[in-house]
Amino acid sequence: MSSAEVVLRVRDLKKHFPVHRGVLSRVVAHVQAVDGVSFEIRRGETLCLVGESGCGKSTVARSITRLEEPTAGSIELNGVDITALGSEALRAQRREMQMVFQDPYSSLNPRLSAGDIVGEPLTNFALAQGAELERRIAALFEHVGLRPEAVHKYPHEFSGGQRQRLGIARALAVNPSLIIADEPVSALDVSVQAQVLNLLIDLQEQFELAYLFVSHDLAVVEHIGHRVAVMYLGRIVELADNADLFGAPLHPYTEALLAAAPSLETGARRERIILQGDVPSPMNPPSGCRFHTRCPFALPECKQTDPPLLEVAPGHHVACLRRPVGGDGAPLTTA
Amino acid sequence: MATMTAGPTAATARSPAKGALTWARRNKTIVGGTLILLALVVIAVLAPWLAGDPLQFEPTNRLKRPSETFWFGTDQFGRDVYSRVVYGTRISLIIGLCVAVLATFIGLVVGVLCGFYKTVDTILMRLMDGMMAIPAILLAIALITLMKASLFIVIIAISIPEIPRVARLVRSVVLSVRGRPYIEAAISSGTRNWRIMVRHILPNTVAPLIVQATYVCASAILTEAGLSFLGAGTPPEIPSWGNVISLGRTFFQIAPWIIFFPGLCLAITVLAINLVGDGLRDTLDPRISRRM
Repeated sequence: MSSAEVVLRVRDLKKHFPVHRGVLSRVVAHVQAVDGVSFEIRRGETLCLVGESGCGKSTVARSITRLEEPTAGSIELNGVDITALGSEALRAQRREMQMVFQDPYSSLNPRLSAGDIVGEPLTNFALAQGAELERRIAALFEHVGLRPEAVHKYPHEFSGGQRQRLGIARALAVNPSLIIADEPVSALDVSVQAQVLNLLIDLQEQFELAYLFVSHDLAVVEHIGHRVAVMYLGRIVELADNADLFGAPLHPYTEALLAAAPSLETGARRERIILQGDVPSPMNPPSGCRFHTRCPFALPECKQTDPPLLEVAPGHHVACLRRPVGGDGAPLTTA
Repeated sequence: MATMTAGPTAATARSPAKGALTWARRNKTIVGGTLILLALVVIAVLAPWLAGDPLQFEPTNRLKRPSETFWFGTDQFGRDVYSRVVYGTRISLIIGLCVAVLATFIGLVVGVLCGFYKTVDTILMRLMDGMMAIPAILLAIALITLMKASLFIVIIAISIPEIPRVARLVRSVVLSVRGRPYIEAAISSGTRNWRIMVRHILPNTVAPLIVQATYVCASAILTEAGLSFLGAGTPPEIPSWGNVISLGRTFFQIAPWIIFFPGLCLAITVLAINLVGDGLRDTLDPRISRRM
């Protein structure tokens, strides 16, 4: 898999939102929603972004699609730097990068028929018209498991899961190489979630799609992800293959996340870590390691030194001072 | 939709007429207002057959009371007030309709552009705020005095102060729609800006715009009457209601009928338009009607 071409390369992406106060709406501070995030996604690969709400995972997705303008960093799509492209050049590149949204209700225009919604990207890039357009829309409906007769229905006539299938069909319409899915199943019933996830997996195999999959649900991530990036306060703290991350997490925050997820397994899990306190404000993040305020294993130097994201084992990146390159991965102990 | 066609044929055969009747019973204001307006339109169109020459002087019949020959009496030049009022219907309806169409269209374009582009917004909306600060009548008088008075100039002069009101309304709708996820979905699937505006945003403005257009129409008719009364409106040779009232003003103590009948028509027309507007607001935009 590592030999496949890189579809998306994100380098040191930052998104700071200004905070305005007062009558003159002066900028008094910045919310550092995303603060230096780097990763790559290869063809046919799913990279999951997980983290608590407010950690910046959705902002990463929205900055890559330029729905938010990134503050700094670079985004390369199939080798083309799209960070600073003008609107028309960016529009042309959007053909390679489509998005699936969280809310299948509000992300479909209630006044357009299902066929019009799915056909819009095709019309936008002048890929088909007339009978050819209708044929391709019908084919897309079949790909996502909807009946082609449903093209004349309106969004309110579909169930939540069917609507998300429409959203996926719309994303698929222009044969993109990358699909960015921002919590695509979190608004759906659990029974429907599995169907939609399996559809996404099938489509990935069929079209060699790359996914950036944003989620807060570890069970979903474990099911669909090839690699997983864990975010905390606007940074990636751990990035590893699915099996490594769920089998042998190295960052204390990842361990805490995994421990907090409900599980049916009764076997010997790692020791339970329960975090104290709240997530610090991204307006004024802690010095040094951003996690030190809540980390049970923090050392005095964690307050001063900001740990870089290092590849401590092949393919396993972690940002923690207590996890040196070539370390043994043994459970941490409190100092 | 699907259930209607699938239903029994007997139900579909009688439901349209029955449905229209229940709708009419529920929306009495719209039906009532529309009927009055239709009657006014018929009067305006058929004016040459319904009334005599509104400009014909009959010095022997000056200031006659309403009678069988002169239904609404005569004015100080012996002209038939009834003929003048009938022909005045034309002027009022033309002005109301033209101003409503013109102001709504320009306001729509300005509002959509302002709601969509931030830079356009800062420039155009400041201009609109400035225009809103000037009283409509004063602005219209200023414009009319600058140019030769004609029906066309009057329409333009009344339309301009109405534009900011429409633009503000449209802009607020656009701003609220802009943030919806389906607009973001349209952007990320590569939809061009003009297409987003026309296909995804514009349909949301239709309902509030129709309602606003009726109010613009009513206020345009009143403004025209006000301007004509002040002598700054439609040229005096055109028998608009405002002109008739304006000329009758000096004689209103001895011949009150000269101003009574055009005044009554004015009131009925504006009332009918407002009835339609209110009814449309209630059916098209239930959220606003609950707030008011």
